[in-house]
Amino acid sequence: MTPVLQTVRLTHRYSEGTPFERVAVDSVDFSAQRGEFIAVIGHTGSGKSTFIQHLNGLLKPSSGSVLFDGKDIHSSKEFTRQVRFRVGLLFQYPEYQLFEETVYRDIAFGPKNMKLKDDEVDERVREAAGFVGLGEEILGKSPFDLSGGQKRRVAIAGVIAMRPEVLILDEPTAGLDPGGREELMENILRYHDGGKRTVIYITHSMEDAARTAQRIVVFNHGHIAMDGTPREVFRRGFELIQMGIIVPQITRVMMRLRELGLDVDDSVYSVDQAIAALRETKGGGDRA
Amino acid sequence: MLKDITLGQYYPGDTLVHRLDPRTKLILTLIYIAALFTAIVYAGYALVVLFLAVSILLSRIRLRNILSGLKPLIIIVLITGILNLFYTKGEHLLVHFWRISIYWEGVETAIFMALRIMLLIAGTLLLTYTTSPLQLTDGLESLLNPLKKIRVPVHELAMMMSIALRFIPTLIEETDKIMSAQRARGADFETGGLIAKAKAMLPLLIPLFVSAFRRADELATAMESRCYHGGEGRTRMKQLSMARRDWIALAVGVLLLALVILFRRLGI
Ligand SMILES: Nc1ncnc2c1ncn2[C@@H]1O[C@H](COP(=O)(O)OP(=O)(O)OP(=O)(O)O)[C@@H](O)[C@H]1O
Ligand SMILES: [Mg+2]
Repeated sequence: MTPVLQTVRLTHRYSEGTPFERVAVDSVDFSAQRGEFIAVIGHTGSGKSTFIQHLNGLLKPSSGSVLFDGKDIHSSKEFTRQVRFRVGLLFQYPEYQLFEETVYRDIAFGPKNMKLKDDEVDERVREAAGFVGLGEEILGKSPFDLSGGQKRRVAIAGVIAMRPEVLILDEPTAGLDPGGREELMENILRYHDGGKRTVIYITHSMEDAARTAQRIVVFNHGHIAMDGTPREVFRRGFELIQMGIIVPQITRVMMRLRELGLDVDDSVYSVDQAIAALRETKGGGDRA
Repeated sequence: MLKDITLGQYYPGDTLVHRLDPRTKLILTLIYIAALFTAIVYAGYALVVLFLAVSILLSRIRLRNILSGLKPLIIIVLITGILNLFYTKGEHLLVHFWRISIYWEGVETAIFMALRIMLLIAGTLLLTYTTSPLQLTDGLESLLNPLKKIRVPVHELAMMMSIALRFIPTLIEETDKIMSAQRARGADFETGGLIAKAKAMLPLLIPLFVSAFRRADELATAMESRCYHGGEGRTRMKQLSMARRDWIALAVGVLLLALVILFRRLGI
């Protein structure tokens, strides 16, 4: 199957040709199939944001290419524009992009740029607002009068209203309270709709990544250092820590147990899995 | 991209030019500009060019960076050149057609004027390339200090300037970010007529202003909570001090100006 998004030896250098030149993404090969739910993790400055801004053509690769449905997204201006709408990208701290007089008009900005008919725009705005849990009464307010969490939801609704096939989010839960994070992750899962749409999201929280994603991609110094299921990634907990990534506490407990000589499976990332793993070890011990 | 604007950019380094006191560099730049406008003969120009070339060499700034800094001004240089070419009257007629006549004097003035603008910019670029904004405002404040006697708020002006300089890169970065975010929602900043383009700027300008005001507010609060209360009694972490190299550099500058004036008198 053709991957919906693919990068081929993607490299990006900032400030090319000046003394400040810096390679942020270094020949990355990556592909995402339709319907995948992928979490991207990596320490600060590892190139995650730079990488995902290539996936909808906002940044042009210094070398290498980005393919959407097997076609180079920079092959024509028209196609790049199309890809912008089909791959929705939510930036880090997206509340700074709000500008309209009312929440309604801000959410409608994307759909309007798609040149949709007014009633279609209206339908999408209301749907997207409902999706992120913004009530009817908020739609008429100025986005600048909202709380931080509400602003975040407006920004997300603004992207969802374009109904992108691929939704990419850059640290969508950063700076939200635990309740808000939970809700937002649920919204994103709902948008994924059991695999009807593709979701790629950056997070600093390994817990979030482990809980929701089917696949975790780990960035380190502009490279993809690991790429696999949560179990496969967590099995390499020690390397993760060396890369400056904080692994879930329960994983660390199991790693420590293993260090102390207990033969347990330390690729776990939830308490339930840990209990199961310990039971198994104990069972095995009885037999010995 | 916006990031490629190099005006006011500082290239850190550790050369003689970088180490000079900012006051020395400010004064030298003034002397250089004065010399540039005094020079009307070839020898004078040659001397000014030589001075700039040596300074650039000593600073180890690549010529490419200076040229790229000149690029945005190419239109102004061209217009000045063309105007001078057509409007200077003289004795040696070169071309004459319809109502336009070009004289040899015009060609000469056009070249000199274009050269003068470029040299002027190149000289100031070298100053900002080799002096950090902070040093620059410190130097300026110290040079303008006597004006405090006639109640010019020198410290406040310098503080405003250093804050402005400090925030230019931040604002550029922010502009880039907001532009990208709006582009991701299908905003189009490039195509369309003048009105369409102006309208397209709103989604960029409004968030930019909102965040600039927020930043200003935060900065003011942060300064106040650190007990900032103007220049009175304020001390510095890095004191400016003139070393021997500064006096030598200034002497060279004065010599340059004197020679240029001499050449102009002699008319060679
Ligand atoms: N606009 C820019 N200009 C120059 N360098 C940049 C720019 N944006 C990022 N960089 C540099 O590129 C590298 C990768 O940055 P990037 O923002 O992609 O990291 P990140 O993984 O998203 O980090 P974080 O987790 O902090 O968001 C960093 O070293 C950063 O300093
Ligand atoms: Mg980032």
